[in-house]
Amino acid sequence: MPADVSATAGMLAAGGYVADTALATTVHLALRMGRPLFLEGEPGTGKTEIAKVLAAQLPRKLVRLQCYDGLDLSAAAYEWNHARQLMAIRLAEVAGNVADIETSIYDRRYLESRPLLQALEGEPAVLLIDELDRADEPFEAFLLEVLADFQITVPELGTLKAATPPVVIITSNRTREVHDAIRRRCLYHWVDYPDAAREKAILALRAPTVSATLSAQVVAFVQKLREGDYFKLPGVAETIDWANALTALNARELEPASVDATLGVLLKYQDDIAKLKGEEAARLVAEARDSA
Amino acid sequence: MIPPRSDLAFPSEHALAPNLLAFVRLLRRAGIQLGPGDALGAAEALTLLDLGSRCSVRAALKATLLRRHEQTEIFDAAFDLFWRDPERANVAAAFALMEAQKPEEKSKPGGRRIAEAMAGDRPKPPVPTPEEQPRQLDAAMTVSERERLQTMDFEAMSATEINAAKQEIRRLVLPLDERPTRRFRTDPLGPRVDMRATLRATTRNGGDFRAILRKRRITRPPPLVAICDISGSMARYAQILLHFLHAVTNDRERVHSFLFGTRLSNITRQLKHRDPEIAFEMVSHMVPDWSGGTRIGEALEDFNQHWGRRVLGQGAVVLLITDGLDREGGRGLAEATDRLKRSCRKLIWLNPLLRYAGFQPKSQGIKAMLPHVHEFRPVHNLASLRELIEALGERRR
Repeated sequence: MPADVSATAGMLAAGGYVADTALATTVHLALRMGRPLFLEGEPGTGKTEIAKVLAAQLPRKLVRLQCYDGLDLSAAAYEWNHARQLMAIRLAEVAGNVADIETSIYDRRYLESRPLLQALEGEPAVLLIDELDRADEPFEAFLLEVLADFQITVPELGTLKAATPPVVIITSNRTREVHDAIRRRCLYHWVDYPDAAREKAILALRAPTVSATLSAQVVAFVQKLREGDYFKLPGVAETIDWANALTALNARELEPASVDATLGVLLKYQDDIAKLKGEEAARLVAEARDSA
Repeated sequence: MIPPRSDLAFPSEHALAPNLLAFVRLLRRAGIQLGPGDALGAAEALTLLDLGSRCSVRAALKATLLRRHEQTEIFDAAFDLFWRDPERANVAAAFALMEAQKPEEKSKPGGRRIAEAMAGDRPKPPVPTPEEQPRQLDAAMTVSERERLQTMDFEAMSATEINAAKQEIRRLVLPLDERPTRRFRTDPLGPRVDMRATLRATTRNGGDFRAILRKRRITRPPPLVAICDISGSMARYAQILLHFLHAVTNDRERVHSFLFGTRLSNITRQLKHRDPEIAFEMVSHMVPDWSGGTRIGEALEDFNQHWGRRVLGQGAVVLLITDGLDREGGRGLAEATDRLKRSCRKLIWLNPLLRYAGFQPKSQGIKAMLPHVHEFRPVHNLASLRELIEALGERRR
């Protein structure tokens, strides 16, 4: 565990994640206080990436639980292996010892662990609960026990408690409001789009093949674009993709023609592309080249 | 100097503790709900940091005291005021400032107007009927009067009749248009085998299969999102429909309500209050543009941009309540309505103008919106509200 905030920031940077002071502080506190970290923000701002980098740097195994509507116990936490249990019953019948069959078939051996249980057992883990807003409310209620006490109660078996509490990262894109009960148990951080300096640093780390001129212009362009009125603004992930795409097309600098041709990497809605393409894009290119 | 981590013990020997508590109280007064546990968490966080870094302290307090992004603005204002130099005089000044901000909000003219409108005591004379006087005295209406009320236009109702209509609305129950979820419950006639339950029953019998237990999908109603126009031309209807929305909000889960005139306000949290009078009082403090002009296109764009992705998930049904009379002549309206339609499962437009038999969509706004909605219905009296409720109950085939 890093000793202070700057050590945490350094650790994230070593893993290829450029964090601002606020984020580094929050991550540091989550690690030291042993509280789950709840990250909310627009898609593509690097929420999931934090968990990956933490797992690589601590180092711990990364256990990822991708949430979806209807995610239930058997997919998220554990499931009894019915086939093996039935076989055990048959074998017990053949051997003639059916007396203690009830206790023997609800043994840990017949319990298959899914992500949440995997994160509690074995070597220390980083548990990533990704896009919690996609799961439904009943699943959130189940999570409360896991998040508060790092334990899971299996009715047939008892309570399974983590030897080493996992580092828990929860992300949400806000397609639904996550309940206050979950938020209360976590440290909250809103992950915003990075400012120009930080975005340049991210590009330098994540897209090292892109030339300095191009990357400065790309960042200036995207920063200007984010001030505009678009349905879906590009995140950092799109910036990286776009810089790589332009480099793949051998672009040395931003040109209106190559920008028009690659807008699909940056914007993902036809309305937005139609709005930006042509004049507006040319204007932003000129501004970006001036300011970069 | 950073004190050693004393495991949740509050660092009371420091001047920091009383200041932190005062700060938490300040946030609480500014409307952020915080318990003692939150203050303890914040105190613990501060013991782990170098208190010289203002940025770190701000981030730590944010991480431990905030729950949602919307609170950031209030927090930042409070933080800047309070921690500039937390000496008595400044703290007092900060408190005074935060306090001063609150009543100012209350005295907005729009607030008064909506409060008056909500009280429903504005005289409304256009239908002077001879039996007006006795009805006001007689609280319980006769059957024929209730029947007449069903088809009476909200616009033409007197204050008493409005009150009666509100009573009727409270009695309306939304049927549950159930949608299957991906969760299961045990059901003896269910279509699927519940292996876990079957096996548990089997072992109870020492390994003998007695019966196969079954399960079926749980169903639940989809989320409902209402976007209601409160401009001058809609004021009368909006007053009634707010009662309807309040009743619906408290009757089922996952209902979100928005009001717009010239700007969009989310009133979901306010409407969740059980008592309608208190709920509307809270709404009135929030909404500045009651009975003003309308900018439908802008309001819908705002909704798409900032709320669409947050409340339209999981197959939401959208009720768009407006007469379509747009001050901007329908600019940007077609695109915004189309985007809204494509983001939800069903877009129902409720328009009180539809009560006129020969209604022709002539206004720019109506022409722009009409091709982009799934359904178009009148909503001007109790009977039409009933029809709406039936339509909401229909399964989509």
